[in-house]
Amino acid sequence: MSTPTGILAEYRAQRAVSKPASRTIKPWYQNMPLVAGAIVVGVLVLIAVLAPVIAPYDPIAQNLQETLQSPSSEHWLGTDKFGRDVFSRLIWGARVDLRVGFIAVIIPFTFGTIIGGLAGYFGGWFDIIVMRIVDVFFAFPFFVMIIALVFIFGAGESSIYLAIAIVSWVAYAKIVRGEVIVAKEQDYVVGAQLGGMSHMRILFRHIGPNVLSQAIIYAMSDIVMDIMAIVALGYLGLGIAPPVAEWGSMILEGQEFITTHWMQATVPGLIVVVTSLGVSWLGDGLSDLLNPDRRK
Amino acid sequence: MSNATALRPHAESGTFGNAEPLLTVSNLSLGVRRGSNETKIVDDVSFDVNAKNRFGIVGESGSGKSMTLRAIAGLLPRGVEILSGQIAYRGRDLAAFSASERRALMGPEIAMIFQEPMTALNPVKRVGDQIAEGPRRHLEMSRKEARELAVDMMAKTGIPDPARRVRAYPHELSGGLRQRVMIAMALSCRPKLLLCDEPTTALDVTVQHQVLRQLEDLCDDFGAALVFVTHDLAVVNQTCSDLAVMYAGRLVESGPVKDIFRDPRHPYTRGLLDSAPDFDRPNRELLAIPGFPVNLADRPVGCSFAPRCSFAQKSCLTRSPSLEVVAPGRTAACFRTEELFQEGSE
Amino acid sequence: MTHVSVLQLSGITKRYEMPAPVWEKVTKQRVSVPSLIALDGIDIDLRRGEILALVGESGSGKSTLAKVLVGSVTPTTGELTYNGEPMPVPRGKDLTRRIQMVFQDPYSSLNPRISVRSLLSELLLLHRIVPRQQVRAECVRLLNLVGLDEDALDAYPSQFSGGQRQRIAIARALAVRPDILIADEPVSALDVSVQATILDLFDSLREELGLTILFIAHNLAVVQHLSQRVAVMYLGRIVEVADTDELFARPQHPYTRSLIASIPRMSGDSVNAAELLEGEPPSPIDVPAGCRFHPRCPVAVDACRSTDPALRTVPAGALSGAHEIACILDDPPPFVGADTAPHEKENR
Repeated sequence: MSTPTGILAEYRAQRAVSKPASRTIKPWYQNMPLVAGAIVVGVLVLIAVLAPVIAPYDPIAQNLQETLQSPSSEHWLGTDKFGRDVFSRLIWGARVDLRVGFIAVIIPFTFGTIIGGLAGYFGGWFDIIVMRIVDVFFAFPFFVMIIALVFIFGAGESSIYLAIAIVSWVAYAKIVRGEVIVAKEQDYVVGAQLGGMSHMRILFRHIGPNVLSQAIIYAMSDIVMDIMAIVALGYLGLGIAPPVAEWGSMILEGQEFITTHWMQATVPGLIVVVTSLGVSWLGDGLSDLLNPDRRK
Repeated sequence: MSNATALRPHAESGTFGNAEPLLTVSNLSLGVRRGSNETKIVDDVSFDVNAKNRFGIVGESGSGKSMTLRAIAGLLPRGVEILSGQIAYRGRDLAAFSASERRALMGPEIAMIFQEPMTALNPVKRVGDQIAEGPRRHLEMSRKEARELAVDMMAKTGIPDPARRVRAYPHELSGGLRQRVMIAMALSCRPKLLLCDEPTTALDVTVQHQVLRQLEDLCDDFGAALVFVTHDLAVVNQTCSDLAVMYAGRLVESGPVKDIFRDPRHPYTRGLLDSAPDFDRPNRELLAIPGFPVNLADRPVGCSFAPRCSFAQKSCLTRSPSLEVVAPGRTAACFRTEELFQEGSE
Repeated sequence: MTHVSVLQLSGITKRYEMPAPVWEKVTKQRVSVPSLIALDGIDIDLRRGEILALVGESGSGKSTLAKVLVGSVTPTTGELTYNGEPMPVPRGKDLTRRIQMVFQDPYSSLNPRISVRSLLSELLLLHRIVPRQQVRAECVRLLNLVGLDEDALDAYPSQFSGGQRQRIAIARALAVRPDILIADEPVSALDVSVQATILDLFDSLREELGLTILFIAHNLAVVQHLSQRVAVMYLGRIVEVADTDELFARPQHPYTRSLIASIPRMSGDSVNAAELLEGEPPSPIDVPAGCRFHPRCPVAVDACRSTDPALRTVPAGALSGAHEIACILDDPPPFVGADTAPHEKENR
């Protein structure tokens, strides 16, 4: 066909043949779960970081003259049986629970992702062994395993990290393995192999970024699980040692007085729910953000 | 309800005559609505299909050809809706049909064949039962009669050893046989309108050939009209009598296939014909259409094809041409069709 | 006309053992171990600077052959000779680089998370094609070579249309300066209006860079337009090889003739209803005895049921090179009704 001239050439230059078309992806701020989750988690993290500034009282300072007070202008949520300010303990508790929740996912995330990636990419006996181990772990309920392991290792923060790492890497391994098996059938992997690249390079540089998003999305729901585990352990007296302020042990201690001072157990419980909701929303939002339609 | 009974397949189809088209699509627009802005996937498309006619719709990816077909079958994917216009079957607007009337229509009156039979067939049901399902429900056949009909239909679509194959599951059949099962299923209630969405694209050439010939013969035998959506010009040429060419959701040209192939009246049709390799003219240079299909969400003002059109002029970029009659039985949507494509000129 | 063979295949066979039924494993009876014969003794030369088309239906083994050529599938038996030297298994980084591939699906063949620039520069650096400071310039040169602008450099695959993606995939293949390009149905996923530009691109790459291209296709009209030579495959075998003009002017093997007859035509008055082929390709697990085409062959004789014909040379037209077919019949008789009685479909 003839070459265009004048206005058309100009017009076409603007829409040049080789110019990439602009992507039509929903901007992040229209992603409701992401925004809501980010706000909730952001506020909680801010509270945790600023705990020394915003908490009106020392969370572990006992005041035996003012035990079990009802909410007042001095103690917004009252005091517990040792006369500690419940509101301040709630704020300081955010520090412990969020920290443990977020740190606890790092080891299983990393370990599980690498093991799952290798198993999915190379297959063979390594894959068979890894998947049998994964099956064994999946046969037991998550909380039962965590509680049993913490019981064996002894209460305390490091035991919690260890127990969670041992139990929850399998989920990452399973997810990433499945994703890698799908991804390695894609022609771009064959293309990379024909490019003479090493297996490790293909796995980590080429396949990795395409499968990691699923693991990150799972990590969000895993954080929720981990916070629940810490709270449950605290409630069972296997968690962070008292007198450190922690939501689970607050629920445990408040439970005694549930009939007279219902807020002492209920408010920490509600905070756990809100935190879980926030992190879950964040996970939902991230899955929209990280997985824009994979094809086209 | 009286109208619904009139639509029963027992009704004498002859009484409808040829005066009224079987299917009338008028000013149909389909699109996705998100908030206040809507993206039109199909824009103001109109055409008629007469009884026993074989009507082809040709276009590239994103042309809206499959969506148009799905709208006729009432199978629009979630989120896509009819923004305006109507689809009338035997003069009655399909939108006015109740859900149950619509169900009564699908099978005995309108049937559809998909590109990938594996996804359209139920993997856990024997193919014979799937073929028999329609006749049992719509024609109130007994189990035995329907089974016999299934064997008969499979034989008619050229499936070897149909008495044994009725008991097969879809995964036990090859792609070609599965597509024949789909055809048998679609035609089992003797519909008057068969909608085909790229029915042979997934098949090998030799099998495609067999399936297409079989499909044509069956439609002739049963007096069914065909709406045939494809991207393959050569297949249209051999299967259809009339043709509509779609580009970016709009109809750009329509008319008898032979006339359009011999003497296209729209630059896009011309471009398509020039870019497709023709087995009978191996030494002809292939002329690709420059540029790439428009992004429907960011449709240019004016003629959608203008950015790729070698003949575009200033007015093409500001106004959108409407479909005009260019010759008896032929329409084209191009401002310059008169001056560019004189009768008999190349 | 001298032809330099750049890649020679002799007796390439690939069979996949099917898993034996569990009870046979348990009882250690190995009564029947079925195997899928994807390729069954392929002999062919790829000549320097030609486009050799490989055509056949699904299950004919053409994609397996492509994988054997690029080294991602190891043949069960047979040998590959590259520039006169046997190709080692596994091949080293440098020999892998010499034979590159362009895939059918331009969506699956480009990594969605890697930009065009890093896709190309990674390969250039890995193989030290150009010094580090020239990498950017080389990337631009590659993009221009396949008809894209510099703008494309920092974009991601999702920002391109199918045809543009296929160009990027071709640029990727060319980045490592290969001798041979294997193109597996590279235009069949593209719109008609852009297919022609990609075909032209292959043609110009052959002409300007002297690339040897193996073009796998099922669309004979495309093959006829582009290639110099055509090999027709049926169930793991090559059944006919000839120069393109010769093959389409005088197809000898009954299968080739049916294939040609089945092509949908652009001109309404073409003859093609007569040579209609019955049945569908049999499964490569259960290859018929004798000539593998005989159950579908319209001109088969008794001997076809027992003799498995090898490729043999038959007389070719004056200007053409060798014409080989795998059929025992000399000059197979025309099909009933072919050419003489154009069987037009009634009332059209």
